[in-house]
Amino acid sequence: MTGFAALYIFLIAAIAGYEIVARVPVILHTPLMSGSNFVHGIVLVGAMLALAEARGPLEVSVGFAGVVMATGNAVGGYVSTERMLEMFHSKKEKA
Amino acid sequence: MSHILTAFPLQASYFIATLLLILGLKRMSSPRTARNGIVWAGVGMLIAVAVTLVYLPGISNLVVPDGSAQRLLLILFAVVVGAVPAWWTGRRVPLTEMPQMVAIYNGLGGGAAGAIAAVEMYSGRAYNGSLAFPIIAVIGALFGATAFGGSVVAFLKLQSWMGSPRIPGRHFINGILSLAALALTLASIHPDWVSGLNLSVDALVSIFLGVSLILGFFVTLPIGGADMPVVISTYNACIGLAVGFEGFVVQNPAMIIAGTIVGAAGSLLTVLMARAMNRSFLNVWFSGFGDVAAAAAAGGETRTMNAMEVRDAAATMAYSENVIIVPGYGLAVAQAQHKLWELVQMLQAKGVKVKFAVHPVAGRMPGHMSVLLAEAGVPYDLIYDLEEINSDFANADVALVIGANDVVNPAARNDKSSPIYGMPILNADQAKQVLVIKRGKGAGFSGIENELFFGPNTHMVFGDAQGVITQMIQALKEV
Repeated sequence: MTGFAALYIFLIAAIAGYEIVARVPVILHTPLMSGSNFVHGIVLVGAMLALAEARGPLEVSVGFAGVVMATGNAVGGYVSTERMLEMFHSKKEKA
Repeated sequence: MSHILTAFPLQASYFIATLLLILGLKRMSSPRTARNGIVWAGVGMLIAVAVTLVYLPGISNLVVPDGSAQRLLLILFAVVVGAVPAWWTGRRVPLTEMPQMVAIYNGLGGGAAGAIAAVEMYSGRAYNGSLAFPIIAVIGALFGATAFGGSVVAFLKLQSWMGSPRIPGRHFINGILSLAALALTLASIHPDWVSGLNLSVDALVSIFLGVSLILGFFVTLPIGGADMPVVISTYNACIGLAVGFEGFVVQNPAMIIAGTIVGAAGSLLTVLMARAMNRSFLNVWFSGFGDVAAAAAAGGETRTMNAMEVRDAAATMAYSENVIIVPGYGLAVAQAQHKLWELVQMLQAKGVKVKFAVHPVAGRMPGHMSVLLAEAGVPYDLIYDLEEINSDFANADVALVIGANDVVNPAARNDKSSPIYGMPILNADQAKQVLVIKRGKGAGFSGIENELFFGPNTHMVFGDAQGVITQMIQALKEV
């Protein structure tokens, strides 16, 4: 991926992100923050790649720490969001 | 970057995974679809991780030809080490403590982004191509590591393991740290610029990450606990951006897109949250809110509050027609939401009309209180927003304020010198009678005196919310 292609992806993704939360009701602020926290848990993919390619004890130990932290992000983010959203079995739909 | 990563099945899976992550996030922004939104995103994540795992041995094979199996085991071991405690704490922690858990899970992602950047720089891979790569890797690492340090402080504060210590000369310390981080950022982008220092790239990058971490720690230290939602949300956006940047470094489109979307969505969410709390973003980060509040609290003279016995308070409500309950953080810390719902059902059985008035920032985060009440089984049609209910207080016989303070402080309406002036509040003071369940006589979370508690039609019921509500239920059984 060369410079400008990446820049365009970056631009469009930023606009998409903005649009997604533009009309979110206040009651969903906390669950949505937790949900977006889970989404950046995708860092786990990069952390696994980094550890796979690591050479020498320094790279391996930092890469190992990276995978541990990234998994904590993804798993913790999923569980906490799911628990918060479980509560939204609403009888009255609030928009 | 090896050619293996451009394999069609891998790229196609990343494409589907990214789509699911975006659609999942979109669904989470509407109450009707929020619950399965997280499942969509979860499936997307699972696909991305599983497919990466399939291709990992091939990648390791290029680096450690005879040890690729061990390397795969090491990666799986790291996944287990990270997943088990996160799963365990995420499942077991009470919902009242969720905000600090979100802070720490979030921070871990920043640490991971920093670690990816570190490995890419230690190995020299980040320096192989154009200068754009180290620039993006280093800036991503700065955001990730700083947000990690800050998130740890946010966690410690919300967990009440740490206060907001006034460090003398903190502006000076923060200034020095910022300058050091900036210099190290530049040096890490192009280590040849500081070749005169005889520092290895390994040492330079490690010092850079360490200083960034400490910077995040110190910047967050003076910010009061009430502003933590805005702080956590800011770090969430920063880490999203860091993940997007590191995605560019490791040439992973799923990371670039998901990270950037979180960066943008998180930035807007931060602004929306700050607005809901009537705090400006810049104020949270750079003002001395705590200082003003402390001064205001110190100036107050001693006045008397009217105390009331628990059974009298229970009887007052039992013989009322309309009761509005204003739940606050005190209710949440006491874990009294279930008992409260029991009390409300007893009042309803006696023909009392009960409504819940939930301030947007009641609890510790916007929307937190709605989640807690829903957990206790309170139906949504009893829960009202600020705008929906504020005109009803004048017709209410009793406003029962439980562990809430700043959100019912009339100073926000009529005292221009108050730090919370202008914040929208619940007009509990307009009810015919106000009952306040409160643990002690102290000021609220923001440290501001509350005029409401000294009002002529206000009665204080002192005690822990859980204890008081339990006694009220007892008293109602005897009425």
